Amino acid sequence: MAKHRGRGMAAINYPIGMNLGGDPSQALVHSNPSGKFTVALSSIDLGQGMKSVTRQICAETLGVPVEDVYVDTADSDTGPHCMGSFASRGTHRVGNAVMAAAREARGVMMEAAAEELEVNASDLETDGRGNIHVKGAPHRSIAVKDVAIAAQFKQGKTISGRGIFLVPLSEVDPETGEMSPATCYAHACLVAEIEVDDETGEVAMVRMDSAYELGRALNPKLVEQQLVGGAWMGVSHALYETPEPYYPDPSHGPRDFNEYVMPGPGDICPHDIAVLERPAPDGPFGGKGPGEMCANPVLPAVANAIFNAIGVRINDLPITPEKVLRALKAQGGARPQARR
Amino acid sequence: MLEFRKEYFADERDENLNEIGKPTQRQDMVGHVTGTTTYFDDHKLAGLLHLKVLRSPHHHARIRGIDTGAAERAPGVRRVIRGADVPRNLNTLLSLLNFGKDDEPTLAVDKVRYKGEPVVAVVAHSEREAFEALAQIRVDYEPLPAVFDVEEALKAGAPVVNETYPKNSFEYHGRYDHQKLRFGDVERAFAEADHGLEERYQMSPIEHAPTETNGCVAAPETNGRYVVYTCAQGLFFSLDTCAKILDVPSNKLHFVGGTVGGGFGGKVDSLTEPLAILGAMLTGRPVRYVLGREEEMQFGSPRGAERIYVKDAVMRDGRITARKVTSYFDSGAYTRLSSYAVIKCAAHIPGPYTIPNVHADVYCVYTNRVPATAMRGFGVTAVDFAIECQMDKLAHLVGIDPMEFRILNAYRDGDMKAHRREAKNTALIECVQVAAEKAKWPIREEFRRMSSRAGGGGARAAVPHTPGTPAGGARPPAPQRTTYDRPPQPAQAPIFEPQKPSPSPPSPRQPTPAPATTQHGAARFSSVFGTRRR
Repeated sequence: MAKHRGRGMAAINYPIGMNLGGDPSQALVHSNPSGKFTVALSSIDLGQGMKSVTRQICAETLGVPVEDVYVDTADSDTGPHCMGSFASRGTHRVGNAVMAAAREARGVMMEAAAEELEVNASDLETDGRGNIHVKGAPHRSIAVKDVAIAAQFKQGKTISGRGIFLVPLSEVDPETGEMSPATCYAHACLVAEIEVDDETGEVAMVRMDSAYELGRALNPKLVEQQLVGGAWMGVSHALYETPEPYYPDPSHGPRDFNEYVMPGPGDICPHDIAVLERPAPDGPFGGKGPGEMCANPVLPAVANAIFNAIGVRINDLPITPEKVLRALKAQGGARPQARR
Repeated sequence: MLEFRKEYFADERDENLNEIGKPTQRQDMVGHVTGTTTYFDDHKLAGLLHLKVLRSPHHHARIRGIDTGAAERAPGVRRVIRGADVPRNLNTLLSLLNFGKDDEPTLAVDKVRYKGEPVVAVVAHSEREAFEALAQIRVDYEPLPAVFDVEEALKAGAPVVNETYPKNSFEYHGRYDHQKLRFGDVERAFAEADHGLEERYQMSPIEHAPTETNGCVAAPETNGRYVVYTCAQGLFFSLDTCAKILDVPSNKLHFVGGTVGGGFGGKVDSLTEPLAILGAMLTGRPVRYVLGREEEMQFGSPRGAERIYVKDAVMRDGRITARKVTSYFDSGAYTRLSSYAVIKCAAHIPGPYTIPNVHADVYCVYTNRVPATAMRGFGVTAVDFAIECQMDKLAHLVGIDPMEFRILNAYRDGDMKAHRREAKNTALIECVQVAAEKAKWPIREEFRRMSSRAGGGGARAAVPHTPGTPAGGARPPAPQRTTYDRPPQPAQAPIFEPQKPSPSPPSPRQPTPAPATTQHGAARFSSVFGTRRR
């Protein structure tokens, strides 16, 4: 009895947003009289960072510091319609809606500033630190706060903006399947190294190396959070999880986390990630979205690594120790392939 | 460890930005790590009542009778809710997109179609009293034969799971029991190939297992409105679903949410909201309905199982010349969102590769199990597993390194995809190159030098002759319809400039409830799949 190491890889792409489009999102952006901005959405933060990424998009577009923007999700009385947080659509769809709303608000802000500075709005620029000044003449400057006060109490202007983003719905041809499913795609390639115990059938993760291309990474820490966590969900899908271990037989359903098996802290391995950024032409600042796709390459990469380690192909997920042992028995023992 | 490889596609990015690209701390970070963030279940309202449901113990059974007398008299019980109390006790989630027929009751009436299907709800002063009352409800069931295997379910004579779809399959375009994808001539390619490989793949269901289980708290507000604190992944999706089921104007409902303890697709079905609001309507009190962990694991909708057959043709030099896929989504007893995933799956085939002949039939099949729903990678995760295992086997078959085999077949800018749209903004080759480099997996120099931006298009941009399709053969791709598919914009515009919204955005949802003859506030969407709700 022995432990066998193997490596396998997989490459994937993933469509961003609801298939076929037709999934609009709206955003409203407005300033209070102190020049602090609120983004009103009905979009959901599932823990992935929706509020944070839209906050950065809004600040960048307005030209104000991120601290001066707060994202208020999600109340159907105040937040305009959004399809929801799924289909890897948050960054791309909601981000674009926020960008459009922030652009409109910025337009009013610059006009109000121009009136105060007695110049043309097109001659002004923001410094990203809370000030607006004449291009090439930084001393002719006004704070965004003072612009907001003037707009509200003197000029009678509302520094606000509305935004919507919609990829129009595509039709599907019944005969050929011709359709426009998505406007941009994220990409990934992942190498999994595993170790199979041919006595117990257990598969242990040894390490992962990966490259993910997800458009512009709008916040590198949020990207890292998604990619690291998502890859572990992939490991869990590949080796552990199912409520129906003998599918299609529906018996043996789990009731809690003792019976529903998932990897724990002791099962974690090093994961080295490279991020590539090919901006999406229609993404907010080129962003696509790392959401769903980061789990997908792990499942086949692990299955391919198991073949490399012991020479058996397991086509049924999850690859439990029982399936590994049955496959080894059918093959008459492990047949390690050429080391990679 | 995470590193950025800024040298790739550097000429396509403007790096002169203030806030974008910075590792700014999340605005909700402190609340999350100190346990002070407010979730839906933190709304402890005065007079709160608790709702629990009685679930079917059978996979498939006729309901002969329900006796709730003892439960109604049980201590602490404020209200027993049955199917007849639900204003519109039949719905399908995607009716809001005008896709599919109403096929799922909120509370079962004539039949139960899966083990765990809600039959009766009890609203009581405490969860314990609700559970004790549920135990006193007597339901007379006549068990029926059940079907659990997708291919068995499609055979003649299989038990009919859901009478709305008597053939146990979703209906596409009013005439097919599956979605087709046809591109080129796979049969000719199989006949001419050096090697063929056909394999069967199976993914079992998967539970989302969010830290926070599905649930909500609904309460009467002033002026006849109801506020709902919820963990729904789509706030208006859930609101509109509830407005339809409860037959109230959407502005009678006020949904508050946005902070969710993990979703992964398991919180788009409005599993708890309609009954909680109905409970609040019937009692005039706040009502909390939260799934326990066992309910979430057993009866909260999972990622559905998929069975996928892949047949490929490959030449000795490593070129894949044909890919034929037959795939079955196990939707469980009701449609929910599986019909949508089928289309997404069809669009994804044959994966990120340029293969000149592609053929796919994808089915949405009903079985007597918990209805499936969306989960991370919906429609794609399982087919990626099948395709990438298949790619490894093909590489082995022709004796080519699996990294080089991917690069050789990878799609590139300008290639025609099987759904007849041009590939753009591709980056698969670069991902393979960088992953190989990081893993110290040697690939030959010629493969290290290839690029997604070179070598595509030309002959690879053609739509091949496709036998059996209406046009009868090669024709130019239809006009591109998405904003992205517009002709390239002038180069001086920043490349990340978003497209403007479509010139005439559809009008907002109708504020009044739709009359029976029209779609529920969804008139703006044409039926793209030809299956209109009746």
